[in-house]
Amino acid sequence: MRVRMKVDGVTYEDEVQPRTLLTHHLRDGLGRVGTPIGCDTSSCGACTVDIDGESVKSCSVLAVQADGSTITTIQGLSGAENGDSSTWHPVQKAFQEHHGLQCGYCTPGMIMATVDLLKRNPSPSEDEVRHGLEGNLCRCTGYQNIVKAVLSAASELRGEGPLPGSFQDAPENDTAQTPAAETAGAPA
Amino acid sequence: MTDQMDAGIVAQQIAEHPDALSKPYAGGELGRGRRRKEDAKLVTGQTNWTDNISLPGLLHMTVLRSPMAHAKIVSVDVSAALELPGVIAAYSGADLADVMGASMPCAWPVTPDMVSPVHTPLATDEVRYVGDGVAVVVARDRYAAADALEAIAVEYEQLPAVVDMEEALKPGAPLVHSDKGTNQCFLFDFPGAGADYAETVRGAGDDAVVVRRRFRQQRLLPTPMEPRGVVVAPIAAADEFTMWSTTQIPHVLRVMLALTTGIPEHKLRVVAPDVGGGFGAKLNVYAEEILALVVARKLGRPVKWTESRSENYQATTHGRDQIQDIEIAATKDGTLLGLKVELLADMGAYLQLITPGVPVLGAFMFPAIYKMPSYHFTCTGVFTTKTPTDAYRGAGRPEATYAIERIMDELAAELGRDPMELRRQNWITHEEFPYEMVAGLTYDSGNYEAATDKAEQMFDMAGLRREQAERRERKDPVQLGIGISTFTEMCGLAPSRVLGSLSYGAGGWESASVRMLPTGKVEVVSGATPHGQGHHTAWSQIVADSLGVPFEDVELVAGDTRSSPKGMDTYGSRSLVVGGVAIHKATGKVIEKAKRIAAHLLEASEDDLDFGKGTFSVKGSPEAKLTIQEVALATFAAHNLPDGMEPSLDSDYVYDPENFSYPHGTHLCAVDIDTETGFTKIRRYVCVDDVGKIVNPVIVEGQIHGGLAQGIAQALYEEAVYDAEGNLTTGSLVDYLVPAAPDLPHFDTGRTETPATSNPLGVKGVGEAGTIASTPAVINAVVDALRPYGVDDIDMPATPERVWRALQGSDEERATAGTVSYGGSSTGSTGGSASSDSLENDGSAR
Ligand code: FES
Ligand code: FES
Repeated sequence: MRVRMKVDGVTYEDEVQPRTLLTHHLRDGLGRVGTPIGCDTSSCGACTVDIDGESVKSCSVLAVQADGSTITTIQGLSGAENGDSSTWHPVQKAFQEHHGLQCGYCTPGMIMATVDLLKRNPSPSEDEVRHGLEGNLCRCTGYQNIVKAVLSAASELRGEGPLPGSFQDAPENDTAQTPAAETAGAPA
Repeated sequence: MTDQMDAGIVAQQIAEHPDALSKPYAGGELGRGRRRKEDAKLVTGQTNWTDNISLPGLLHMTVLRSPMAHAKIVSVDVSAALELPGVIAAYSGADLADVMGASMPCAWPVTPDMVSPVHTPLATDEVRYVGDGVAVVVARDRYAAADALEAIAVEYEQLPAVVDMEEALKPGAPLVHSDKGTNQCFLFDFPGAGADYAETVRGAGDDAVVVRRRFRQQRLLPTPMEPRGVVVAPIAAADEFTMWSTTQIPHVLRVMLALTTGIPEHKLRVVAPDVGGGFGAKLNVYAEEILALVVARKLGRPVKWTESRSENYQATTHGRDQIQDIEIAATKDGTLLGLKVELLADMGAYLQLITPGVPVLGAFMFPAIYKMPSYHFTCTGVFTTKTPTDAYRGAGRPEATYAIERIMDELAAELGRDPMELRRQNWITHEEFPYEMVAGLTYDSGNYEAATDKAEQMFDMAGLRREQAERRERKDPVQLGIGISTFTEMCGLAPSRVLGSLSYGAGGWESASVRMLPTGKVEVVSGATPHGQGHHTAWSQIVADSLGVPFEDVELVAGDTRSSPKGMDTYGSRSLVVGGVAIHKATGKVIEKAKRIAAHLLEASEDDLDFGKGTFSVKGSPEAKLTIQEVALATFAAHNLPDGMEPSLDSDYVYDPENFSYPHGTHLCAVDIDTETGFTKIRRYVCVDDVGKIVNPVIVEGQIHGGLAQGIAQALYEEAVYDAEGNLTTGSLVDYLVPAAPDLPHFDTGRTETPATSNPLGVKGVGEAGTIASTPAVINAVVDALRPYGVDDIDMPATPERVWRALQGSDEERATAGTVSYGGSSTGSTGGSASSDSLENDGSAR
């Protein structure tokens, strides 16, 4: 069957099987491999993309169902694909600044789901963030830094500026909060 | 620059591009929360996962798997599959028997008489677990390859499943490997380095209090978010191969592939591209890696295999799965007399790379941080018709830590003591290091008091205990439980000599090379292979700090046997402690070489040179100086070097650690349990970890968080369940409860810093700490909440149903032994289903 869709700003027209999953069409058909696959039961959210303004698990949609739609993947989220970090979406920045990723496999889906979550709820509480990302699994981070990243991105998108990040650039601007270590001598 | 430094054209070009040269080193790189170099590609979707790899003419392989736990293969007919469009080839186990190798490797024969069954990548005679490979198909695309599996006809003759370890050991039980005559894989007996346990307890006479429990370490599914996959590109005419695999261990894998398939090692290149988490599940040599290799060789065409999640749950190794019979003895005043550990460890159907070594590794960890004169450990490895077990985050150490931390609480309850006070009474005090443990290890450093004091303060222990008393008093339906885990672990696997004494098949060193490029930039080559840990960032910090070059000027080369040819890879919290130290040592050699050249160029004696922040300067005349980058450029030009000096600063170091490292910490957990629904909610989680010197505190904290999530998941959520027929009933992410964000609490992390004295960086490792420590903290909290209701143990995961049943007193399946008696002296019941048992009878059932 013939499908036509606009993916990350480019229009593609291709022949697909009626059963081809959108996620396989994106990856194998169009070579948009930035969106990974983590399960076969639509449980993990790794494959999340934006279809016509809504976040969708691309493994739960057939390519033919996405005929005529406009899709944004993690690769099209920032202004440029040339690596220029000044064009990153605030959510992408926040994930780095708050160490919201380790292996990064869940990250494309987490970021796409977050973008959608913050569109629907620009001022989420910590609890709302946790519940809002319920469909996205991460095995590395324990979620705490993801939650921080999302709250920070929310603040930035509201125009209130990001929350203080975790990292330290250089010795002169050591403003970040890292857990203080005590050099252990005799116990207090 | 001195005039000898004129390196001609290069220097000229560099002068025109000042950015190509380095900025001065600002210092303070170790301990700094550097932004991760890894993140840019990960947040923009430019990652190179194995399944992203595409090659001209790439074929897709799928594996037909056994639907039965145990059966004879009568026949396999692939002919119908070959007729389907797009199918290139299809092979049964018999078809590949002469090329796929005699058996996949197990590198850890834990006893000389260990039963080691033949394990071929595809089954040829019998299938022995649901998911055991029977045939492969190779086709033009994934869908065609998947379809063709259905066209393969296999005739099975069903054999009895072997699911329960204790049943498996009974005489007359059906055998997993009938040719072996037993389901027992090994019996590992370790009497410790101290006194005899039974004699010690008997010697204490009436003063001895003995508490016994049976704990179950349920089977877990490691679940890295990236399933496994492999791509093999052959150069058929040269019989050369490149393999990309989702592996933690490309170096070990290459050796093992060569030994298994007979393809010469130097004709194999193994690459771990970006790998999406491992947690031990990618620390192996897997059937599909061998199959993709031999099929690509046979066809002379590139082949890819990608696992689905459900396939991952059947075909990728599982974790834990032990029955632990634990006995602890103390005098009535609470001083420990000893510990006796008897394990049954489920191997599954076959031995994977280190399957039998995992429970045995725990042998050294059960005494944990406590002083005790006697210890005895035995472990029986058992074959069942289930997916093989192997390493899962912590590998042997979480199991040991759970057992000791749980039974310390039970001993405290028996003695009517506060559980923290009992621990304090028995742990090694900070003045006593180095301390030789009853399990034979020497702990180099630690300060359990400092970590505990800090944790209790952050936790508000006193306040929570008060609230708990009030809620108990007023019979609040929501009860508060407080759990403690004062853990330690052994990291930095491992001194090669120790591994040798444990019959492990390889060493425990790690390799590093540091290459100074002409422009002063640095490539650091490491044999540790990252899969989410942040090596690119942390190694850059180590190199920047040692050489005095900017962080940005360092690049890591790793994960490819062609460019990082030597390595032992990443597992067991070893990357920093072994690999990081190797890098540090290699930079030391670079500095030594650079110093000779700098002295020559500055016309000074080496002894008169100082080196700091990347600059050599002459003592007493600070204006006479050269940066290490200038020396690198001069070395590249090689116009003016000391006589006989090799024109290179590049240096290698292979570091073999002298000891393990011993991170420790105090984890405190408060849970609210709704006694009407059995629902447990973690209300506060505080941990203070001491992982020694810190390279990057943000990465360290991230490792702790992720570890906590997995440890808590074992306590409350996850369990791989097999039915009586040997089917995995939790075979997908729908049935297996990997926690999502709402299932986990906010963690309050703190740290103390007691440097390791066994390595020059003072580091200890952090990858597994959270997982090891948290499981007992949570379950101790759950049991603490339920203790007033007469509950003294609960099986994991402590689901609402299990908690509710425990509250109803109907948790009968759980075999909790109470108090045992020694030589006539006995103690009161602990409130469980008390059973009396004597030492002489003990263990005779097996
Ligand atoms: S791959 Fe789509 S939800 Fe897991
Ligand atoms: S960062 Fe590895 S799964 Fe989320």
